Amino acid sequence: MKIGILAVQGAFIEHETKLARLGAECIELRQKSDLEIKFDGLVLPGGESTVQGKLLRELDMFETLKGEIEGGMPVLATCAGLILLAEKLSNDSHVYFGTLPVTVKRNAYGRQLGSFRTVQDMEGIGTVPMTFIRAPYIEDTENGVKVLSCVDGKAVAVKYGSQLGLSFHPELDEDDRIHKLFLEECSLYSA
Amino acid sequence: MSSERYELNKQLAQMLKGGVIMDVTTPEQAKIAEEAGACAVMALERIPADIRAAGGVSRMSDPKMIKGIQEAVSIPVMAKCRIGHFVEAQILEAIEIDYIDESEVLSPADDVYHIDKRQFKVPFVCGARDLGEALRRIEEGASMIRTKGEPGTGDVVQAVRHMRRMNGEIAKAVSMREDELFEEAKNLRVPYELLEYVHKNGRLPVVNFAAGGVATPADAALMMQLGAEGVFVGSGIFKSGDPKKRAAAIVKAVTNYQDKKLLAELSEDLGEAMVGINEQEIELLMAERGK
Repeated sequence: MKIGILAVQGAFIEHETKLARLGAECIELRQKSDLEIKFDGLVLPGGESTVQGKLLRELDMFETLKGEIEGGMPVLATCAGLILLAEKLSNDSHVYFGTLPVTVKRNAYGRQLGSFRTVQDMEGIGTVPMTFIRAPYIEDTENGVKVLSCVDGKAVAVKYGSQLGLSFHPELDEDDRIHKLFLEECSLYSA
Repeated sequence: MSSERYELNKQLAQMLKGGVIMDVTTPEQAKIAEEAGACAVMALERIPADIRAAGGVSRMSDPKMIKGIQEAVSIPVMAKCRIGHFVEAQILEAIEIDYIDESEVLSPADDVYHIDKRQFKVPFVCGARDLGEALRRIEEGASMIRTKGEPGTGDVVQAVRHMRRMNGEIAKAVSMREDELFEEAKNLRVPYELLEYVHKNGRLPVVNFAAGGVATPADAALMMQLGAEGVFVGSGIFKSGDPKKRAAAIVKAVTNYQDKKLLAELSEDLGEAMVGINEQEIELLMAERGK
């Protein structure tokens, strides 16, 4: 199975290492020509959403990837990736893919001193470690969006169709279950 | 600093990888940097080239000026304190800076001791010219390393030298027999455990950026091809003819550092680069500060 990982900026290697260990082949998406190879799932990693959103457009990958997401390609989006998917940001006028009908608050826990780690239940998986780095959370969800996990009353994991949006960074922890679940979804999609 | 906090601080540096951190002196410059695709900004009163030109003692920036920049952008904001000046660091922590750069660009406040960075909750980035310096700073609590380079010159030669030296020493540590590591740790004046990490993993235990003298997209791509995980650009942007365009070009060059065709396009029509001075022409080698 081939997984495309947005690799314009941020912590994409961490996803790659994990997915490779689970047996997937990873393609780094750095420019338009990288999209010529077919892949079965997309990872939008952590990093700075402003940088990633800008480079997606300027390196001419935006429309193609948006089309794939709208066409049902499974997406695993973490932190900045969640911001790229969100239909609305409550404290920022930018909208990037806008394919996930939720309202996300950027830097919702404040600056780096507000970064934290916790464990919390996630529906369909169980208790998972969660690392939040200058993280966003999900303020509001529209119909059809399933909230999979909340921390302090705020949604931090949502599912909509085959888009999985997370405030935290499963790629930074040893636990592989979220990536495994994502790969299972990708194998169904490719079949 | 708890070990959990230290992990979170190292992880913030991981999020910055593949990005460009730009020196800015005003909220307006910070906005230009953010719009051009900076993954973080370094707030300081004077960029290194001007510090060099002005001479005299150079200190932490006015917190009010830093706060103005924090309000202007949504990306992480870093700021510099003097080597060994733990009170400047306390002040930067109090205004919730995202990263402190204990920097040789400012005048050192202590010619023996660096800051005990373990006493802080906010993360620190420190400069290093070689593996020994890098591991000593990490032992003191730094959660990110950058090459020292020679700030404010527009001359990339020192950043290249430091990156190559670091890589060479890492390769040497990897190739050593385990029983040789004890002696090598003594030679490098570093804790055995950190050297053992390098031996096993073939890399520093924290993210390593390039800094000092980067002035063009080609410079940035050079540092990335030499193994940097991201790039700091100081004077190179706002001392050039067209900061906006140059900043955006450097950002793209870091993302696609191996695509020579794209690098050629990005290098076109950038206006005048910062004038720069060669390392032989300068009297003050900032990289020699704090070992």
